Amino acid sequence: MPLLEVRNLHVCVEGREILHGLDLTVNAGEVHAIMGPNGSGKSTLSHVITGKPGYQITAGRILFKGEDLLALGPDQRAAKGIFLAFQYPVEIPGVTTMNFLRTALNAQRRARGQSGYSTPHFLKRARTVAKQLNIPQSMLKRGVNVGFSGGEKKRNEILQMALFEPVLCILDEIDSGLDIDALRIVAEGINAMRSPSRSMIVITHYQRLLNYVVPDVVHVMSKGRVVKSGDKQLALELEASGYAQFEDAA
Amino acid sequence: MVAARETVERVARIGVDQYRYGFETLIESDKAPKGLSEDTVRFISAKKSEPSWMLEWRLQAYRCWLTMTEPTWARVHYPNIDYQGIYYYAAPKPKKQLASIDEIDPEILKTYEKLGIPLREVAILEGVEPPPGGPPSANRKIAIDAVFDSVSVATTFKAELKKAGVIFMPISEAIREHPELVQKYLGTVVPISDNFFARLNSAVFSDGSFVYVPPGVRCPMELSTYFRINERNTGQFERTLIIADKGSHVSYLEGCTAPRRDENQLHAAVVELVALDDAEIKYSTVQNWYPGNSEGKGGIYNFVTKRGDCRGKHSKISWTQVETGSAITWKYPSCILRGDNSSGEFYSIAISNGFQQVDSGTKMFHLGKNTSSRIISKGIAAGKSRNTYRGLVSANRNAAGARNHTTCDSLLIGDKCGAHTVPYVEAKNSSVTFEHEATTSKISEDVLFYCIQRGMSQEEAVSLVVNGFIKEVLQKLPMEFAVEAQKLISISLEGSAG
Repeated sequence: MPLLEVRNLHVCVEGREILHGLDLTVNAGEVHAIMGPNGSGKSTLSHVITGKPGYQITAGRILFKGEDLLALGPDQRAAKGIFLAFQYPVEIPGVTTMNFLRTALNAQRRARGQSGYSTPHFLKRARTVAKQLNIPQSMLKRGVNVGFSGGEKKRNEILQMALFEPVLCILDEIDSGLDIDALRIVAEGINAMRSPSRSMIVITHYQRLLNYVVPDVVHVMSKGRVVKSGDKQLALELEASGYAQFEDAA
Repeated sequence: MVAARETVERVARIGVDQYRYGFETLIESDKAPKGLSEDTVRFISAKKSEPSWMLEWRLQAYRCWLTMTEPTWARVHYPNIDYQGIYYYAAPKPKKQLASIDEIDPEILKTYEKLGIPLREVAILEGVEPPPGGPPSANRKIAIDAVFDSVSVATTFKAELKKAGVIFMPISEAIREHPELVQKYLGTVVPISDNFFARLNSAVFSDGSFVYVPPGVRCPMELSTYFRINERNTGQFERTLIIADKGSHVSYLEGCTAPRRDENQLHAAVVELVALDDAEIKYSTVQNWYPGNSEGKGGIYNFVTKRGDCRGKHSKISWTQVETGSAITWKYPSCILRGDNSSGEFYSIAISNGFQQVDSGTKMFHLGKNTSSRIISKGIAAGKSRNTYRGLVSANRNAAGARNHTTCDSLLIGDKCGAHTVPYVEAKNSSVTFEHEATTSKISEDVLFYCIQRGMSQEEAVSLVVNGFIKEVLQKLPMEFAVEAQKLISISLEGSAG
């Protein structure tokens, strides 16, 4: 059984259809890259999978481990192990990153019927993971993303991913706004998490990230559909020839 | 976050429309006849076996009150109050003379047990650090004066306080036992000719707390008063007077609850603080009067006059308030910075949900030289509520070098509520520095989704964001109150983000 199955997905925002019958199958352990021009519906897909309000699903279904995902609330989906690294992480003043991480992690654990981590146990884990990602301790004491640079925000997303150990990671333009060093750190963090039981959907405009995070499958999205799928070679072709050739295919 | 989890669980248990403190205690009460007249004032004074000077003072206040009409400048709307339809005095009927707490009607004790008094839990709280200089947490002792309807029913730790020379007792007792102190200070901060509600209070107040801290004494424990309105159609008019003599220090906490009722109840308290040279008073309030139900029916009308007088040089008065209850709040804890180098602080969290109306803020009167004041106000409006910050900062001609910094932030939850900021600044001396900052923001859908995508429920997410917003002020509260306040805030915002 695939980990994620999206079938004939039609999605509207304020009455306008954004996704027009999208299909996508992701098996356990696979890393899929989704590429495509602005406005092709990549971010919409990530929002619909994670349950962001404001989207009407007019047809189709999404199955996660064979279960109807659309029947679950966004917090329940998170507890099932679906994680979204946001393109634009929000700032939450007055809430320390540490407090945020612990509240979120324990909420997920409770929803799964597990006991919450004790404070010392949690702190130890959070510090270890932060160190691996080159995140200074002082950052954990600051308000969530408040005053963080673009690179710090993205690293903070990877920190959360590493801490929550999700089953399906969706990375929405994790490479945007990163310089080459930051990109390498983020990519290392992602690669460290690759495992046969974990799948990833990497949304990006650029081939650059895929040099570091090598995908098993590459999809091209255009106008709300997947118009072509292939292996990592497809990303290189795109880099050379651009998206224009697919505009008509859609 | 433990507090958040508890809150969510508790909220799940109680449901939207259930006010946690909404129970009623069935006890016989001894009421004054309904309505207000000179006879009512005489009745109350006689009930309290007051000396004649006190009765005269009350009657004078009553006559002052008659000459005035209710103020209408606040941004609150409510039907006319029928001052003749209220009972001005209701005391739990004692079965006999009480000699100790053990003899108090068990029904009343049960009420306090339900309220979690005095056995308040101390918990270590994520994100709220102990006040600087204070003990980290531990089992700090708190002396409590419990005021039930109009009468103080119990004061704890009396003996221990007496050893330190601190007087902490119901004001009715202080009038009899320490008339010289009461006469010297009562009405010197809020005179009987003050505003409409203060005049009313001066005429009919039945009890409240009295504190005197002698020179050089640091009060060995937190002092606390719990107010509860129980009786139907009863107004509560408590009077609190706190005097910190030269070089002394005292921290005082106040908590309020009331049962759920369909009709509105009037609460018009007066608090007077006097700080002499080098003295410091820290006054904290967690106000959780019944706010009315989800249709806006019932709830407490809270018209309160709180004022502190920094009478001595280098004195300091600090107000911290967490306001979550009441149908209407009309409250402006103020500081008169009379002594040179004195300072005043006002830290406020005012939360309104449902149909609540809050018009609250502070006044800082800079009279002395080099006086300073700091205001941090955090208003949170949800539901269909109205939340107004109203503040005055003034410096008179002699207040050379006065400084004020005001931060006034509003947070809106949903799109049917309103937040307003009405600052007044008056400087009659050119050497003063007054700064005012204000922001209004909304909890955005994006922030909520970010939290919920990480596994939090809607309630947890709102609670987390709000707690972040108010953290600066929450940290000013004594530890025990901070825990309680954080829980209250989450409960009062239940269902607000749907």
